[in-house]
Amino acid sequence: MAKAVLMQGNEAAVEGAITAGMRFFAGYPITPSTEIAEQSALRLPQEGGKFMQMEDEISSIAAVLGASAAGMKAMTATSGPGFSLMQENIGYGAMAEIPCVIIDVQRTGPSTGLPTSPSQGDYMQARWGTHGDHPVIALSPSSVLETYTLIIRAFNLAEKYRTPVIFLMDEIVGHMREGVVLSNPRDLIINRRKMSFHDGANKQCYFVPEGEYVPAMKPFGQGERYNITGLAHDVSGFPVNSSEIAGRLVTRLLDKVEKNADDICRVEEFAMDDAEIAVVCFGGTARAVMDAVLQAREAGKRVGMFRPITVWPFPEKQLRARLPQLKKILMVEHNHGQMLLEVQRTVGGALPVDFLGRIDGTVISPADILAKLSEMEGKNHAE
Amino acid sequence: MPSDLVHLYMRIDHLPQIWCPGCGNGVIMRDVAVAIDELIHDEENSINREDIVIVSGIGCSSRAAGYLDFNSIHTTHGRAIAFASGIKMANPKLHVIVLTGDGDCSAIGGNHLIHAARRNLGLTVVCFNNDIYGMTGGQYSPTTPNGDKATTAPYGNVDRPFDIAVLAAGAGASFSARGDVYHARETIDIIKRAIRHKGFSLVDVYSICPTYYGRKNRKGDAVEMLRWQKENLLPTARYYSMSEEERAGKKQIGILSYNDYPEYTEEYAKIIAACRGKAKKQGGDGT
Amino acid sequence: MIGREKLVIETGWCKGCGICAAFCPGQVLEILNEKVVVKKPEKCVFCGQCELRCPDYAIYLVNVEE
Repeated sequence: MAKAVLMQGNEAAVEGAITAGMRFFAGYPITPSTEIAEQSALRLPQEGGKFMQMEDEISSIAAVLGASAAGMKAMTATSGPGFSLMQENIGYGAMAEIPCVIIDVQRTGPSTGLPTSPSQGDYMQARWGTHGDHPVIALSPSSVLETYTLIIRAFNLAEKYRTPVIFLMDEIVGHMREGVVLSNPRDLIINRRKMSFHDGANKQCYFVPEGEYVPAMKPFGQGERYNITGLAHDVSGFPVNSSEIAGRLVTRLLDKVEKNADDICRVEEFAMDDAEIAVVCFGGTARAVMDAVLQAREAGKRVGMFRPITVWPFPEKQLRARLPQLKKILMVEHNHGQMLLEVQRTVGGALPVDFLGRIDGTVISPADILAKLSEMEGKNHAE
Repeated sequence: MPSDLVHLYMRIDHLPQIWCPGCGNGVIMRDVAVAIDELIHDEENSINREDIVIVSGIGCSSRAAGYLDFNSIHTTHGRAIAFASGIKMANPKLHVIVLTGDGDCSAIGGNHLIHAARRNLGLTVVCFNNDIYGMTGGQYSPTTPNGDKATTAPYGNVDRPFDIAVLAAGAGASFSARGDVYHARETIDIIKRAIRHKGFSLVDVYSICPTYYGRKNRKGDAVEMLRWQKENLLPTARYYSMSEEERAGKKQIGILSYNDYPEYTEEYAKIIAACRGKAKKQGGDGT
Repeated sequence: MIGREKLVIETGWCKGCGICAAFCPGQVLEILNEKVVVKKPEKCVFCGQCELRCPDYAIYLVNVEE
């Protein structure tokens, strides 16, 4: 019988990751993600797993990729400054197709900024932080319980699509304590890595059958001798100087996420059935939005919440499906307007898109959102 | 038809290698292959070929990972030791050998080098040290001697150089050694001992770069540069048989420091065993 | 192993650096038109110094079984 436990978002991330099979964590202390490293150091050896405190975030992600290539599900956790340092190797993971999970508990930037204050300013960095065109999957939880279940999904997607998955938390959720009832791991779906064992040394280790996008992974260092590189490579894993092969590789890497967006994208819709105004938000911001929506509903306003859980790729299909019923959209996020750009792109001018953001390290309150909704209404009357 | 050694341990389809004429890297790569071959065929205590993992970073040296026919991973610039750390932690029975260069391991990757040495994680690092950034065309590196010229030191290098083997020893490496291209047989033996060594081992192998370093600094061609090594880099016994005056300007080839500090993955395994033992005793699941 | 040794040159792989010829104790080898050639085969003592230091794996000894 599962019992309720009081848990912090950062702790729930570790428990979820361990349930998902994470057995290697490498990281470097940074506020507000440090509890993830501490909890991993405590919990992993109990599960036969391993924790390593590295000399910086660059080596943390590198060690995670090495461990994952060698067959262990692996994770690191950081915050903005460390996330910036990890970017080069996140691109390596995308190119060499090494699954892993990177938690970014966002804090207010830029630079050292406000280390203990919440932010969602890394939304675009999660997508475009590393150089070159590359695939990205990013998920963002809004509660402690969701942190637990969603990080399991992050590992599942990383394994299924053989790519780094960004777990975009914020200080709000990371440091929030809530009572949660954790599911029995037996009731959860845990993806195992799709492995290929049979074709011997130096064969086509990146071979992808017709109509598929993801090559099965060979366990590195377990008898299947092959080469891994961040250079453009052919199906054998060796670098090539052919623009045709390089183009085909990167196209496949992008396609494996883009063409599987239906499988990857998840949203939460709250009070959206008859909504005329959608408040779009993600992560911890949803807490205030949910409250504001309830209060607006009490006042008779047809307002709903649309929350991307998968934040990259942006769930444009799901949002587009709501457009016919909507009169307006309000984007609320703790940054200067980052997901706003994705919403505007998706809406394509069909509706007015208003914005409420904050970049001073304080939290947007339900009252702020209600005031913004009233202001939007006022604008409506004036028209 | 190349030699049996080349056939057996190198990816023939990717040879001949692309290094410049007279580049020392080919010799060092062969030294690594011979060392591994001799360990595989060691009748008393042989190692398994499939347990060898070659990890490289970026630069001329790092091409070696693609040429050597083992599990190989060619990583990002400076980060080979960090990737290797994850591989070793995931599977401690592997012999993880990092092939790196002077810039890769002591400039951009210097932090990872000293910390892996400090932890005494069981990796073997073989540095192809040619005193220059070759792949980008001859810029000075952390091992370019003071006063020497490079494309980014047109008036002479103001920096003072690292001695990588001494650096690693200072950072706590439990095995630190120096090799070179000329003394290939001695270097093979050093690499063998480094691979056998349980903790962190580093072999700083002096390579030669006739194309950039040699030409810029009037060191002559590959043959001249190897003659210099023959006369100035001396195997341990010979080095110590000389008087202080005779040793001036010369360096020792061989093992510089050695100890049996506890190895990192073994120490971590003890923590796991202790945690699991405790969990069992309590009859719980460890949470 | 019973047999005799033989010096083999992989001319296509030779880049003509001259290391093998310079350090050959018997001066057996020479560089001609940027490739190594065996000048005095009778002087070869099969010591393997050339193979040991050839960066290009272009020269080596083999055992020829009799």
